[in-house]
Amino acid sequence: MLGYNGKLLEVDLSNSSFKDVTVPDEWLKDYIGGRALAAKILSERLLSKWETVDPLGPENLLFFMPGPFTGYFPGGRTCVTGKSPQSNGMVGSTVGGEFGVELRCAGYDGIIVSGKAKKPVYLFIKDSDIELRDAGAIWGKDSKQTEALLNKECRQLLAERYPRVGVWRQPAKLYIGPAGERKVRTAVVVAKWTHAAGYGGYGSVMGSKNLKAVAVKGTGPLPEVADIKKVKEMIDEACEGAYGNVLWRRWGTGGGGYNFGAETSSEPVRNWQEEWHDQKSYGVDQFESKVWVKSAWSDFGCPTNCLKISCIRSGKYKGSITDNPDYELQAFLGPNLGLFTPEENVYLSSLLEDLGLCGIQGGSTLGFAGELYQRGILTKADLDGIELKWGDFEAFAALLRKIASREGIGNILAEGTYRAALEIGKLKGQNLLPYTVTGKGISIGAHGIRSGRDFSREIGYACSVQGGDHTSQTDLPIDGWGSEIWTIFNDSAIICIFTSFNLSPTFRYDFYAAITGEPLKRKDWLNGGGLKTLQIQRAMLLLGGPDLKWNPSVDDDNPERFYEPLPTGPCKGQAADRASVKRKVMQYYEQAGWDQNGIPTQDTLAKLKLNYVNESLSRLRS
Amino acid sequence: MTEKTANSNSPIWVSREYSKCCGCRKCEIACSLSHENKIWPEASRVRVFMLVPGTEFPHLCTQCEDYPCVAICPFKALDINKETSAVTIDSSKCTGCGKCVEACPGKVPHIHPTTKKILICDLCDGDPQCAKVCKEGGWNCLRVVDRGDREFKLFSRPPEETAKALATKLYGEKAEEFL
Repeated sequence: MLGYNGKLLEVDLSNSSFKDVTVPDEWLKDYIGGRALAAKILSERLLSKWETVDPLGPENLLFFMPGPFTGYFPGGRTCVTGKSPQSNGMVGSTVGGEFGVELRCAGYDGIIVSGKAKKPVYLFIKDSDIELRDAGAIWGKDSKQTEALLNKECRQLLAERYPRVGVWRQPAKLYIGPAGERKVRTAVVVAKWTHAAGYGGYGSVMGSKNLKAVAVKGTGPLPEVADIKKVKEMIDEACEGAYGNVLWRRWGTGGGGYNFGAETSSEPVRNWQEEWHDQKSYGVDQFESKVWVKSAWSDFGCPTNCLKISCIRSGKYKGSITDNPDYELQAFLGPNLGLFTPEENVYLSSLLEDLGLCGIQGGSTLGFAGELYQRGILTKADLDGIELKWGDFEAFAALLRKIASREGIGNILAEGTYRAALEIGKLKGQNLLPYTVTGKGISIGAHGIRSGRDFSREIGYACSVQGGDHTSQTDLPIDGWGSEIWTIFNDSAIICIFTSFNLSPTFRYDFYAAITGEPLKRKDWLNGGGLKTLQIQRAMLLLGGPDLKWNPSVDDDNPERFYEPLPTGPCKGQAADRASVKRKVMQYYEQAGWDQNGIPTQDTLAKLKLNYVNESLSRLRS
Repeated sequence: MTEKTANSNSPIWVSREYSKCCGCRKCEIACSLSHENKIWPEASRVRVFMLVPGTEFPHLCTQCEDYPCVAICPFKALDINKETSAVTIDSSKCTGCGKCVEACPGKVPHIHPTTKKILICDLCDGDPQCAKVCKEGGWNCLRVVDRGDREFKLFSRPPEETAKALATKLYGEKAEEFL
């Protein structure tokens, strides 16, 4: 099919073997690429025994999946997925950078990794030359060191093997930091120091497979498209739209640290005990003036350059480097910990990224621990001497290091907020879940629902097949624009949301047609691949296991905290409405074709020709 | 130096101000679309190096005043376009031997992945597409100017050297760890 290479690379780490895998055209037509295609392949292979598959065991599959838009749609993204060690379902987690572009130029539509290597390795791809290389020298290295070492080794290798080409550039890389190596469930897959496939915890999946990195250099063109002239015009159209967003280009999400507190009152403050602050020290002007050393940073073809680079060159935070920080890291490693200064936020962000942890999940766990300390549930002794007071960046930094190295209390917190709450709760004989702000084991992004002023919705997290993932929320009606089915399209094609604000309503389908030559209408995706993927991911989430399973009547809900009235700010007293949420959840079940227990019905699955999914779900129905 | 206008016939230069590069590689996209009618980064005559994240910069021919690449070519495949100042390639003569890469102070030329002929910026016959897209986005890292009689050979440096300079400027002494 046009727009594709027509093959995926499958790597079995257990016996160091490689093979090309062809996907039937009808799968490509239905599931496009990225998240949806991975969901299809993953479910075909593992759904029949899903509950027994340990996400951190060799039987899990790990996917690196660009889509047919990757490289063409401005700002190339790649979806990283597999069975998630956070939700025990599947989370499609996309990351920016050049990886997907290089992979497509190397001749592959994606990579499937199975098994476990005997010792640390990295996968090196140069077009069709594939090799597993010893990663002994980079194992244990932080993100910045890993990037440097891989660049050096891979460029040397390219120069030796292909000497007549001229000077080789760097390959694109995805890798893990020390947290991933130690199978910390909140570890990310890193690109370019600071980019991450965050939600889902796939850094720990890489670690569990002894896979430190994947480096790829592709020397071919992007796969041929149906109408290059049209594609070119549409790229220009998308860029024109993006260029019009002057302040968005200038600040990216860096204005959020202040705005989502002061204006929308939806920012986690001290582990979501509040969602409002008016700390002018945390304004975007302060970040811009004090710490941003580069005002525009882009991935492949991106007109938006929402990324900035922060670097602190002197004083006690010296040597801290991060991007922006973007809003999520501003929030979770700022107000969420009672911190309101850009420099401390940059320091913590830089440290967290070096360790290879997720800003949202890692920051959430720090905030959770902070609240337990505030309440006297966790003591200085429990924390190996750390006095975890709100606003003490050094204390939080020390705890972060413990989490990444699974040392002391860090070993429990490394399981992520939800699992840590269960474990510490057991030790303390208390129910600690009221202090967790999570959905299906995934800490919720920094967009609360209580004020009703943010884009997050009443059932956005409760009904998402990706739990707390704020980028994959859902809403009623299921065929409306707030529905998760559209996020699935974006994560499959793949489109960067931050360059899509000004696209015309039909852009996605027209662009798809220009690339593949296949016409696509809104309803085709809505009633076809989009809905199928939703059902497949729902099935995976409900089957869950082996350590945790979700009970829809309890877990298709907001965290307890969202029902507590906001204590401060312009929306003081507001909270989510339990009855309204329950009603909407039931409506959502109905519209999604799920029964009263939230399980996709036999009829729904039969209509979508997902009988194999139905067979697996029958294990839940009986 | 003035901005190049459509009517001027004097030689041009693609001015480069590396600190303004955001790393988007639209220049490569434009170059390969224009020359190959494909998006093909490794066949682009301008290549953005990202040896250290955040220090991306475009690497392209600067048209040295003494044209060492043209002088060294054993097959006389390279010449100079007097109108634009660009290096021209006679691909029927080029063997992809790589002598011009060795002679280039910046190691700029590279071999096309499939034709195996050398790739050197041809200044798009006076209308460089890379600079056009860079301007559209407002970055202006690349811009077209009249060449005048300045020494632009200065800008032909190995990518490692440029990366080191930019990384040190951006990250201070910490940059040592990244190179």
